[in-house]
Amino acid sequence: MYVSVDQTIPLDSARDLIRLQAAGQLTAVQIASASLESIQQSQASINAYTHVASESALAQAADIDRRRAAGQPLGLLAGVPVAVKDVLCTQDMPTTCASRMLQGFRPPYDATVVEKLRTADAVIVGKTNMDEFAMGASTENSAFGLTRNPWNLAYTPGGSSGGAAATVAAGSVPLSLGTDTGGSIRQPAAFCGITGMKPTYGRVSRYGLVAFASSLDQVGPMAWTVQDTALLMQAIGGYEPRDSTSLDVAHEDYVAAANAPAVKGMRIGVLRDAIEHDGLDDETRQAVNRAIEIYRDAGATIVDVSLAHSRYGVPTYYVIAPCEASSNLSRYDGAHYGYRSSSSEAAQSLMAMYCRSRDEGFGPEVKRRIMVGTYALSIGYFDAYYVKALKARRLIRQDYDAAFTDVDLLLGPVTPSPAFRLGEKVDDPIQMYLCDLYTVGANLAGIPAISIPAGQSRDELPIGIQLQAAPLHEASLLRAAAFFQTQTDYHTQRPSR
Amino acid sequence: MNASLEHDREFQTVIGLEVHVQLKTKTKLFCRCETTFGAAPNTQVCPTCLGLPGALPVMNQRAIELAIRTGLAINCSIPPITKWDRKQYFYPDLPKGYQISQFDMPICADGYLEIADPLSGDRLCRVGIIRAHLEEDAGKSMHDEAAGSGDSRIDLNRCGTPLLEIVTEPDMRSSAQAKAFLTELKLLLTHLDVSDCEMQEGSLRVDANVNLRIDVDGKWVATPIVEIKNMNSFRAVERAIDYEVNRQYLAWEETGATIDDNPKTTRGWDDQRELTFPQREKEASADYRYFPDPDLLPVRIPPEQVDQAREMLGELPAEVRTRLQTQYGIKAYDADVIVNQGPAMIAYFETAAQKSGDGKRTSSWLLQDVMRTMKERDVTIQDFAVSAQSLGDLLGRVATGALDNARARDVFARMLEQPGTVEETIAALGIKSVDSSELETLCRELLDANPQIVADIRGGKQQAIGSLVGQAKKRNPNASPQTVREILLRLVAE
Repeated sequence: MYVSVDQTIPLDSARDLIRLQAAGQLTAVQIASASLESIQQSQASINAYTHVASESALAQAADIDRRRAAGQPLGLLAGVPVAVKDVLCTQDMPTTCASRMLQGFRPPYDATVVEKLRTADAVIVGKTNMDEFAMGASTENSAFGLTRNPWNLAYTPGGSSGGAAATVAAGSVPLSLGTDTGGSIRQPAAFCGITGMKPTYGRVSRYGLVAFASSLDQVGPMAWTVQDTALLMQAIGGYEPRDSTSLDVAHEDYVAAANAPAVKGMRIGVLRDAIEHDGLDDETRQAVNRAIEIYRDAGATIVDVSLAHSRYGVPTYYVIAPCEASSNLSRYDGAHYGYRSSSSEAAQSLMAMYCRSRDEGFGPEVKRRIMVGTYALSIGYFDAYYVKALKARRLIRQDYDAAFTDVDLLLGPVTPSPAFRLGEKVDDPIQMYLCDLYTVGANLAGIPAISIPAGQSRDELPIGIQLQAAPLHEASLLRAAAFFQTQTDYHTQRPSR
Repeated sequence: MNASLEHDREFQTVIGLEVHVQLKTKTKLFCRCETTFGAAPNTQVCPTCLGLPGALPVMNQRAIELAIRTGLAINCSIPPITKWDRKQYFYPDLPKGYQISQFDMPICADGYLEIADPLSGDRLCRVGIIRAHLEEDAGKSMHDEAAGSGDSRIDLNRCGTPLLEIVTEPDMRSSAQAKAFLTELKLLLTHLDVSDCEMQEGSLRVDANVNLRIDVDGKWVATPIVEIKNMNSFRAVERAIDYEVNRQYLAWEETGATIDDNPKTTRGWDDQRELTFPQREKEASADYRYFPDPDLLPVRIPPEQVDQAREMLGELPAEVRTRLQTQYGIKAYDADVIVNQGPAMIAYFETAAQKSGDGKRTSSWLLQDVMRTMKERDVTIQDFAVSAQSLGDLLGRVATGALDNARARDVFARMLEQPGTVEETIAALGIKSVDSSELETLCRELLDANPQIVADIRGGKQQAIGSLVGQAKKRNPNASPQTVREILLRLVAE
């Protein structure tokens, strides 16, 4: 379901919106109004948002127009509507993480990436729906209703950044901020036919990102095109002294990389095991194979690469992530902020207050992961699970390190199939976890990865492919991904109205 | 051995201490909130120490430096790498639901502190230190008993303050030794300026682990270990341990329970009722599910940093004590008192002693005249009206006999009230110093004029000298009676 309000307002291109404003052909208020109207028209059916910030968005847009008229300098994203996943702290809007536990919660501070959006003069139109506390692959685990895929409302947009992907695909905003812990940007991007990138771990500040799994979480950009993705990345990346895991490295020019599409001379490693995996859908396999040929024809050297420990990716991830999550979510206890049970039982003792509040405040998937994580960290199991998983993680990282001594990029599928139907996997957690098969490796290794539209199924559902690069090599990803978009037009296809 | 008359059997007391010391950093361990004591509740807080969603910790380097400094002073080894671990449990004064602490790679390990054995006085006994690690403090809960409301109020100002937890070996054998250890530790840590160690302000907290080893017909039987909490002064620690020792012995006599039967239990000290009472029974051992904090990086401590810290330690109190005795010829007791007063007093003493050239006299004046006055006027040595230089000047004159001791006290008293140099004050009081040749002459004159007294003295009646001293004083009020006596006796002996 694509809601284009006004053909002259290209809500699917940040670049065009910036150009048109500079040329005096569009105002920020016009753009914001169109975006908000598109949201309003699609919200009931798609439910991409937990909060729509109409007033502040229009006020922000008006201010940008005023400053432009006064000749004042404007930020990189001036007047561009951006949606922000509801896992990021925003001072002037609720931050719920799609959980009853934080319903109505207003943090007293902005996440660093939100500060940067404001500095860039982006117009934040609202907070997007997600799987609760970023745990999920379908946005069915939200306490505020599920989100539907604009390409087919009976299907999931993916998760956990489902709302962020869906609102771009629905034509309401050109840019959204998602987060990726095990694939939560790349998988929804693939399901929704857009581009989504997970940066190198430490490239983007986590200050103000409500933590799910600290050593895996990263904020990243989502947009139709690689150029727009790079533009958003430019605005949000950079060293952050308030985040001890932030990398103090030189700021890259992501936009320049995206504007220099090329693959000639690159060595591209094809993940043969992944492609031949029998769990991989045929049409997805074909999309990957087509991509291989496109790159080969363009002068890239194609080699087969095997990541020896990739089959341990999902089990490793599903030990480490829940362990960290069980710890990160301990603060939600009803005592200081957020949901506190008002049942009479809760009033009887401290323990009862904790148990009732957490039982009532958290959804089933969150509870599942807290229990798994608590178990795996406990005496008697710590060595067998947590420590073992850390060791496996090191091996997975070493596989990537070895691969990148031989190739510049890795090419492979991003999801085992296109979007699945709503309700299809929600009762089978393990099936849901297996969706992350191709994406968790990049999180475990801390490397950058990008998902780009690469096909459409016969059901007219988008198919994506994934490129991965060595740490800090986003430029290679962007160049190769941009090149793909000069040779294909999947990223220009839109859901039907 | 504490073979008390009240107890039938001989037994040994075994004490280990866990001391939490608040480090004197400007800001908290993982955020830049201030740590000043006494602010209004929940005003020294930020998203990080409040444990708000999305907040992240950033390590305070100074805390690492102070921990290294302390570790070296208590003879610990400092590892090349240390790290942070999450210690997980639920309590309202712990907003994140975990405390950032150190589990298996503490910043200091395997040290010791030597204390004077309180029983034998001069023998030193060594208390081993297993480890010292950094951790963030929790907040404070106040239980509002008023009107039976049963509410608790949480103040998170303290949450995130850097603590160094120092764990001793169970090497102490008496409450007196425990108190001596704490006293020496406080002296050391305040001397190093790493902590204020004020139990009243909570910058030093102590838990004591106590049990007994009872001699049962030649075999040692150990009673269950009890952890005593809630002691608010060193004196309370002493009394709590004494109480607990007695209680454990009687409990053992009654039940025969040994260390194998019961896990460690916790008891609180009630200072009012002067007893220990059982506290909330802990689970056999709480599972804190420690794991390395993924929001923080491990800390590399290069050997150069440790070497530099060692160089900057300076003289430790124990070393000063010894040196003052050898360098200035003062008694151990005096050296103790001076060192216990802190670096400012040490500096004062040394300046005055060097200026006067008479360490013993300076020490004596310090311990009596100066410290008595400090107490009366409630001033510190830093603010004392008579400077070390001036006191040294004054006492130097007494030492050479140029000034009478009693006169010196007059000068001192006046200098306390009216600022002025020793010279000025002497003049103002009209004291004239008597030089030694003048005194010699005077003494010879007196001896010549009193041959009978000379004969008496030579005959054994020493006290006859008294009248000559009196005469000398009449002739010259500025003559020091002590000096005159010495000169007379010397001349008589010639």
